[in-house]
Amino acid sequence: MITSQNLTKTYGSQTVLNIDHLEIPKGQSFGLVGNNGAGKTTFFSLLLDLIQPTTGSIVNNEVQVDASEAWKPFTSAFIDETFLIGYLTPEEYFYFIGELRGQSKADVDELLSGFEDFFHGEILGQKKYLRDLSKGNQKKAGIVASFIGHPEVIILDEPFANLDPTTQIRLKSIIRDLAQNREVTVLVSSHDLIHVTEVCERIVVLNKGDIVKDIQTSAETLKELESFFGG
Amino acid sequence: MFKHFINLQWKSFFRSASFKTNIAFKILMIFGALYMIVVFLALGVGSFFLIKKAGIGDPLHVVNKFFIYYLLMDLYLRYVLQKMPILNIKPLLYLPFKKGEVVKYSLGKTVVSFFNWGHAFFFLPFSIVLIIQDYNLLGVLGWHLGIMALFYCNNFINIMMNNKDIVFYPMLALLAVLGIIQYYGWFDITIYTGQLFNTLYYSPWTALIPWLLLVVLIVAAFNYFKKHMFLDGGLATKQTVARTEDYTWLNRFGNLGTFLKNDIKLIKRNKRSKTAVIMGFMFLFYGLLFFTGAIEAYENPVWKIFAGIFVSGGFLFSFGQYVPSWDSSYYPLMMSQNIRYKEYLTSKWYLIIIATIISTILASFYIYLGWDAYLAVLVGAIYNIGVNSYLVLWGGAYIKTPIDLTSNKKAFGDKQAFNTKTLLLTLPKLLLPLVVYAIGHYTINPTAGYIFVALTGVLGFAFKNVVFKMIEKIYKKEKYKTLLAYKQTT
Repeated sequence: MITSQNLTKTYGSQTVLNIDHLEIPKGQSFGLVGNNGAGKTTFFSLLLDLIQPTTGSIVNNEVQVDASEAWKPFTSAFIDETFLIGYLTPEEYFYFIGELRGQSKADVDELLSGFEDFFHGEILGQKKYLRDLSKGNQKKAGIVASFIGHPEVIILDEPFANLDPTTQIRLKSIIRDLAQNREVTVLVSSHDLIHVTEVCERIVVLNKGDIVKDIQTSAETLKELESFFGG
Repeated sequence: MFKHFINLQWKSFFRSASFKTNIAFKILMIFGALYMIVVFLALGVGSFFLIKKAGIGDPLHVVNKFFIYYLLMDLYLRYVLQKMPILNIKPLLYLPFKKGEVVKYSLGKTVVSFFNWGHAFFFLPFSIVLIIQDYNLLGVLGWHLGIMALFYCNNFINIMMNNKDIVFYPMLALLAVLGIIQYYGWFDITIYTGQLFNTLYYSPWTALIPWLLLVVLIVAAFNYFKKHMFLDGGLATKQTVARTEDYTWLNRFGNLGTFLKNDIKLIKRNKRSKTAVIMGFMFLFYGLLFFTGAIEAYENPVWKIFAGIFVSGGFLFSFGQYVPSWDSSYYPLMMSQNIRYKEYLTSKWYLIIIATIISTILASFYIYLGWDAYLAVLVGAIYNIGVNSYLVLWGGAYIKTPIDLTSNKKAFGDKQAFNTKTLLLTLPKLLLPLVVYAIGHYTINPTAGYIFVALTGVLGFAFKNVVFKMIEKIYKKEKYKTLLAYKQTT
């Protein structure tokens, strides 16, 4: 589904990302971990063509990301609050994204009804604009918006941060369902090793821009990661 | 304690992103500031003699007569422009400062604002001229000090009424009513207020009254802030009750409607964009300066086109100018969503066109001043639609100033908005139609001038697709730079 080749990103003399070859097959739930400055967000930004690669390129479903816009219809993401439109109510925001992705209001409503648990009554019908919601609730809205319109690739940067424990647990089951039932490729980054190992079938560890580990998740994975980061 | 505050302020000023513009621009800014200072100084010195020559009475009395309007104007400008001191308090709350100290510092900071001492550029030279012209020294001193106290009163009134539209708009309405009834000679408030300010000169000791008032206001402001210095009190950002709106009537425009819906909400729900629209509306009346012969320098027929462009293009200039920047706070979303540049740009273009047409219809009151005046507006509108609508979108690609929708800061221009490319683009926006008109006007006749300008507009309209492709390419080319620039919010 996603192939990156000779991908590097350099600012001045500092190389922040250097990935020789990385292939993510369709339907995989893919986790990216690493300390601050490891290059996680840089990789996701390259994937979304928000920054230009210094060398190399990413091909998403046979579309070269920095050459064509044809990846946009089947790719969606929530990176940070710049993916939210502050002056809209959550409903308006969902419908807006829905319209961009060719979904009718009824389609969006149907999808949202499946997330009532996840919203915990704090998103819909609150008479608040997105900018006035708390950080955690903003995140919930952004994450759910990225599920609208049956995307084949979903990119979530630090989805667990700022969420309350209940929502974290619910989000984990949502991500697992996505990857299992619907052939959706989910890319997740996180600082929380437990969450990633529970959710992702494959985990890649970045360190200062380089891939240092590429693991198929198993019972020992958490230990392996903990000893890597602890040591 | 104060040392820390000053230190923080110093750093926040010199390390702000906007300070790091290029040196050439800084020099230009310094020249601009010097120019304004010289103009005000000249005004301060010159106005005495100007008023005297005009023979409308004693200069001091004349200034006093209109001073009430000056004072209210000052208050209005402060309300719209002056930054509130509470903004940076939050991180100081839990540090070991006494609350009183923090409030004192924040209020003290506003005292050194340009909005206070800026007036000295006019009133200081004016007072000096008064003294040289053998006015009573003590009287002038009393008057001057009293007036200065009033400006500082404004400073604190503004702080206390900040964000209270309930106080503000009735005041604005009152001001308008007073102005109108004075214009028609029904009731002249300045007779009474003028007397009041004259008293400052004739009995200098009365200058103590505004100073006492000032002290009262300072104490009131201090107490007010101290009492409200909690995150859920005075420091809370105002939240409005949100209502989900559908605008289903826009659905018939398909994807275009989706963006238009968003843009309407953008304008309706954000302070900054509302200001832009109000400014655009004000431009409707700009033409009055030209068509009523109020200003001699504008008598030249060519200026009529200039006025016509501004009257119909107020929104185009105040909103269109900053096109991608309105979406700056969520530009990454727009760039990674299922959006084609062409649709995005087209929707903004339609918005500008619709606003231009509405402005042109609203401007029909110019018919009252003669068909010639309205014809200039119509021709200006055609040029705006056919040519300027592209040019603002094109220029927008280079502006790259992130806009904070929720504050009015920088609503009246931003230095980053002035780079060579945008400056070059204003030439065809404003000068070209003047030149085209002049050619027609002086070689054939005024009607030919109008026809020429209108034809240029129609011609531009015909090339819409070609121009849009070009603009689209520029937006794509600038995409990464724009994304980076929008990240750097101060």
